[in-house]
Amino acid sequence: MSSTPSDDTETVHSDDDPAVASVRPEAGMADPSEAERVTPDLDDEETATMRVFRYDPDVPERAEPHYDEFVIPTHEGMTVLDALIYARDTYDSSLTFRHSCQQAVCGSDALFVQGAQRLACRTQLSALGDPIQIDPLPHKPVEKDLVVDMSDFYDQMEAIEPYFDPDETPADDLEEQRQSPENREKIKLSTRCIQCGACQSSCNVAAGDNEYLGPAAINKAYRFVMDEREGAERRKTRLEIVEDEHGVWRCQTQFSCTDVCPKDIPLTEHIQALKREGVKDDLKFWE
Amino acid sequence: MSASYDRGTIEDLGRWREFSAGMWAWLFHKVTGWILIGYLFTHIAVLSTAMSGESVYNETLGGLEGLLLVRFLEVGLLAVAVFHILNGVRLLLVDLGVGLDRQAAAFYVALVVTGLIAIASVPTFLAGVTL
Ligand code: SF4
Ligand code: FES
Repeated sequence: MSSTPSDDTETVHSDDDPAVASVRPEAGMADPSEAERVTPDLDDEETATMRVFRYDPDVPERAEPHYDEFVIPTHEGMTVLDALIYARDTYDSSLTFRHSCQQAVCGSDALFVQGAQRLACRTQLSALGDPIQIDPLPHKPVEKDLVVDMSDFYDQMEAIEPYFDPDETPADDLEEQRQSPENREKIKLSTRCIQCGACQSSCNVAAGDNEYLGPAAINKAYRFVMDEREGAERRKTRLEIVEDEHGVWRCQTQFSCTDVCPKDIPLTEHIQALKREGVKDDLKFWE
Repeated sequence: MSASYDRGTIEDLGRWREFSAGMWAWLFHKVTGWILIGYLFTHIAVLSTAMSGESVYNETLGGLEGLLLVRFLEVGLLAVAVFHILNGVRLLLVDLGVGLDRQAAAFYVALVVTGLIAIASVPTFLAGVTL
């Protein structure tokens, strides 16, 4: 759909359309905290144009996928998520997208912005050209507008049993289970994952095989396999899970996941490390 | 939940402009691999003319070498093989966890070296083989 012809595009705001006055923002209407910045006359403002993917199976006029354009008054530090919220609150309350924390922590607003998977709340408008094309995450069925079905992603995360599971726990419930600083350092980056799904959406192998564990789940497995506090038995079962036919060996080192991860997790590196652990383990036939 | 919209493969292919180095390397590696497999069968077919006797073999090879197009294709074949080998080494390093943060640079180096070798081979291949 990225090449949808422009005649499919419905311009929501246009200067020569008299009806547009009704969708022009009143001062302070979009975001009260930005009241001074939002003025009724967009001509005097810096603006950005967003081209947003729209699809709503429940509304006949929007059941055919198309793009809507929104002209947004911008300000310094404005993110794609700010712009989407502005568009929704000011022009079209039916515009649907996920978001929560607005600070790159919840991972709910991963979108395909200007040709790459990015967190809308972390992406500055000033870093993008104009118009800004916004699509839902690729390789996932679209439920409505920018909202995709994430079930495969969550199933894959679940498949690696993402819970800390040491063989032995201290007799005293209050006793800490300490980890060496070196070991912590080793898994540090892998613990940063916010489960946004950007990596999985960027991966062609995951797109072709929805059972492939995918970068995020394998990274989560790495987090536990490398944790010195889990026992040898658990490590073995974890390696068995990632060595499944839909596991680490599916990775074809495209590096797309590593390129898009908003938390800069070296995903390909972690996947390769688990491949090596698997091989080393299989070579120890005497055990 | 109501119907959902599956954007399909066609749309995916339309994103080629957004590919990054690793993605191009993956694509080229696949394509060159398939070309080499295809070539291998052609190669066996040509060589097997030897079973029909010396003269048939010499005529077939001489005939093919006489065609300018074939000599151009040989330059292409060399480029394909060189890229596949160099990227194979790059992948080996990636597998071993060596220089993962320089994987993009390694891809560009592979492309440049492939280009240089292919260009350097042009005089030899285009001159053809005199039997
Ligand atoms: S690994 Fe990175 S891109 Fe993948 S889900 Fe976690 S935070 Fe998102
Ligand atoms: S809104 Fe939470 S990560 Fe962007």
